[in-house]
Amino acid sequence: MIDKHILGQHNLTEEEYSTIVNLMGREPNLTELGIFSVMWSEHCGYKSSRLYLKKLPTAGKGVLQGPGENAGVIDIGDNLAVVFKIESHNHPSFIEPYQGAATGVGGILRDIFTMGARPVALMDSLRFGPLEEPLTRSIMEGVVSGIAGYGNSIGVPTVGGETAFHSCYSLNPLVNVFCLGLAEKDKIFLARAEGAGNPVIYVGARTGRDGIHGATMASAEFGKETEHKRPNVQVGDPFKEKLLLEACLEVMDKGLILGIQDMGAAGLTCSSTEMAAKAGTGIEINLDLVPQREEGMTPYEIMLSESQERMLIVTTPEKKAEVQAVFAKWDLEAPVIGRVTDTGRLVASFKNQIVVDVPVNAVVNLCPVYRRPTALPAYIQRNDRHPDLPVPDDLSAVTLRLLSSPVIADKQWIFRQYDHMVQTNTVLPPGGDSAVIRIKGTGKALAMTLDGNSLYTYLEPKAGAMIAVAEACRNLASVGARPLGVTNCLNFGNPEKPEIMWQFEQAVDGIAQACRFFGIPVTGGNVSFYNETEGQAVHPTPVLGVVGLIKDIRRSARPGFAGPGDSVILLGETKEELGGSEYLRTIHGIEAGPVPRLDLELEKRVQEVCLEAVEAGLVRSAHDLAEGGLAAALAESSFYSRGMTGCRIELESAIRPDALLFGESQSRILVTCRPGKSRLVLELAEKNGVPARTIGRTGGQEIVISSEGQELVKIGLEEAYSRWKNAVPQFFKTWP
Amino acid sequence: MRFGVVQFPGSNCDFDAIHVLRNVMKRDTEILWHKDHDLRDVDCVVLPGGFSYGDYLRPGAIARFSPLMQQVRHFALTGGLVLGICNGFQILLELGLLPGAMLRNRGLKFICDSVHIRIENGQTPFTRAGRKGLVLRLPIAHFDGNYYASRRTLAEIERNGQVIFRYCDSGGKVTGEANPNGSLNNIAGLANRRGNVLGMMPHPERASEAALGSEDGRLIFASIIEAVEARPPKIKKGTGNRRAGHDR
Repeated sequence: MIDKHILGQHNLTEEEYSTIVNLMGREPNLTELGIFSVMWSEHCGYKSSRLYLKKLPTAGKGVLQGPGENAGVIDIGDNLAVVFKIESHNHPSFIEPYQGAATGVGGILRDIFTMGARPVALMDSLRFGPLEEPLTRSIMEGVVSGIAGYGNSIGVPTVGGETAFHSCYSLNPLVNVFCLGLAEKDKIFLARAEGAGNPVIYVGARTGRDGIHGATMASAEFGKETEHKRPNVQVGDPFKEKLLLEACLEVMDKGLILGIQDMGAAGLTCSSTEMAAKAGTGIEINLDLVPQREEGMTPYEIMLSESQERMLIVTTPEKKAEVQAVFAKWDLEAPVIGRVTDTGRLVASFKNQIVVDVPVNAVVNLCPVYRRPTALPAYIQRNDRHPDLPVPDDLSAVTLRLLSSPVIADKQWIFRQYDHMVQTNTVLPPGGDSAVIRIKGTGKALAMTLDGNSLYTYLEPKAGAMIAVAEACRNLASVGARPLGVTNCLNFGNPEKPEIMWQFEQAVDGIAQACRFFGIPVTGGNVSFYNETEGQAVHPTPVLGVVGLIKDIRRSARPGFAGPGDSVILLGETKEELGGSEYLRTIHGIEAGPVPRLDLELEKRVQEVCLEAVEAGLVRSAHDLAEGGLAAALAESSFYSRGMTGCRIELESAIRPDALLFGESQSRILVTCRPGKSRLVLELAEKNGVPARTIGRTGGQEIVISSEGQELVKIGLEEAYSRWKNAVPQFFKTWP
Repeated sequence: MRFGVVQFPGSNCDFDAIHVLRNVMKRDTEILWHKDHDLRDVDCVVLPGGFSYGDYLRPGAIARFSPLMQQVRHFALTGGLVLGICNGFQILLELGLLPGAMLRNRGLKFICDSVHIRIENGQTPFTRAGRKGLVLRLPIAHFDGNYYASRRTLAEIERNGQVIFRYCDSGGKVTGEANPNGSLNNIAGLANRRGNVLGMMPHPERASEAALGSEDGRLIFASIIEAVEARPPKIKKGTGNRRAGHDR
């Protein structure tokens, strides 16, 4: 009865099917096949990536929970822990941008509060096609309002993130959602179904037919027709989730539950089997007791539904009533739908018949793992060296054009739609190098950033991935935070293509090497493959989310100049590196390497100098150099300054002026300080072996940059600001 | 004095208000559960921001039916101080304690930003620590803050001095550009005729600590405290000395 056609619909190979039959000792029925298919999908089973992910360093100082749970947990002192994770919602966001993005936010929030943490910050890493395309604009409007619709309503601030544009994302946008929560260190909850005989409680929204096979959908390429997949996208209800959040935190705070797992991808199937597998137990469920939104749902549909805002809780018989009372207070259903067993099996009954009987270990842990073939893509050598180019005559005009490239331009159009202040902790709002939120009652603050330059990772996956880690850490150093841990979201094409797998292998290598070097643990993350539409893959896009700690909130830095008359110091060295730069792409229309070289040792020292200078109270502003190089960084520091302060910069360098201004050499941070303190900053740099030079002064209403006495750039702040400010909104209909 | 912050399902600025009232303004603050029937003897009721009942139907449309709102209505009609912030303002409109209604923002997008507002009436219990013409810088965060009223109502509230705050530029000029959401007459805050009920879209609780960039919001809370504490002490009923719940 299970034939090729059905296997195809479930994205299972014949080999995988015979493994299932072996593990089961018989042929599965259709519901059981559905269970295996979602749990063994790429999305849930990590079958192409698992071998590589093992290379990532996961241990480190303060790690209370590494990968394998809903989110990573790191000790930050004061009996507190941060719980954070990033996840992708790319496929659904393409099919139905608003709900796709909204339920992405809902899902990552549940991952955090399932652990016992109150979510305190959200961030998003977004990739879209060029804004000139109407489809891109409509996807972007939908995604941004979806994120806003969910995050704003539930009252978790969206404090930062990043957005980039490239034609490779036109038909495959990326929506990566990050959430961070705070928990008491000794009150972390895990997804475990302990103790045979204990009741299993279903809480939250009712189960409907939405999202069936969402995980499977996320594990295949898209063809021309995606319209019919719209019903696979779930529909979010942030109000329900807010109630669920408060009720869950209340039962946790009162010590009423033993284990809890959210029903995300693969819904009831995933939560029940994972909880049992982790505890080495089994679970028995009566599907008739599962609250249903629609009539006539089959066991298959109930088990595989990805309806949102649902959780599975295990408690003791004694505490069951108290748990239910808390949920009733929040107007939520909390029926007992089953119990924990010691059989090691998931057994589900429906209308007095056993409809599912599968070994949980096989479902959860025995998903086949593949070492897929890899091959060097042909484009790598084709694009490894950009041609010689003339230096443009009018570098002021080039600066203005770069500032109005959507990649560099102001993203306020986006984050003005997000409530980034609710919970009253946001010290540094979106737009800076890192978002900073205070931790009430401690004097400490958390900094967080998302980073990934996919042009770099396209041209040189390994180097690009290492740069992403380095830059994320540099973003933290720029606000005065020391990194605690990393979460990553790896967005790639179809892993069955050797070239894609090569990109993946290289990128993971790069992340592993850089994280090891910086000594920061990877506490979790997400892999999103099959980001391809009509055979066209996105650039390999690893997104790094790094969280750091600021020990004393009074000793932190901001990117904007603090006022006129400060010394501007450039930490690090500018080399003649134009490969992979936004300048090369925007001004010359060339996407070619080599990407900037990264010297990890130097990088670490540069960050250390910045951190020490901030911690010593010497620094008035700090901003890391990224896309658009020195010129863009100077302009941004002016735009973010109080009362719009410009600067006058005098460089002494023999390299080509466009590389000097717009090159993206790594390991550079712009800091400002009172003129009297610049000597101390320079001494600090020298002591650490970091090249550093005072390059000018803040002040005036212009940005003037000269080198060796020759004026290269002179732009009025007002014009530059309006170009930078309007570049994104001009594509949308706006009213104030 | 004692504040009470009402918690509805979907409130999300409740803890922000509680934090400021307890830890910054240093006043006792009760958390009032919407299903309760007792205002617990508070001197000022705060309806916090958020998305009560998910903003379903209309912002504030369902919250007004919460059991506690009957007590709040009675409290307001007998002169008790009620401050509605953002969603709290919307609830007060739905409840009929304030005239007019909220429409979607003119730009049809949620707006989170810092705005300037000008005090139009410094004689209320909510603004007495300031003065007419004073400009405050406060955050807004809403989707439905586009104040609307009939021409007649508008004329009436203007005539009665019920318009307490108006959106303005940093110099205090009330301009179309400074109006973030399309509110009629740039109205950002509105009181009832008696002056004991105030609804405002900006969030004073988000601007009450230097660490967050502005302390202008404290003026509102300081005014309330001043107003209540200047009153002759009333005889307290009940047990008093209730332990203030615990902050997150």
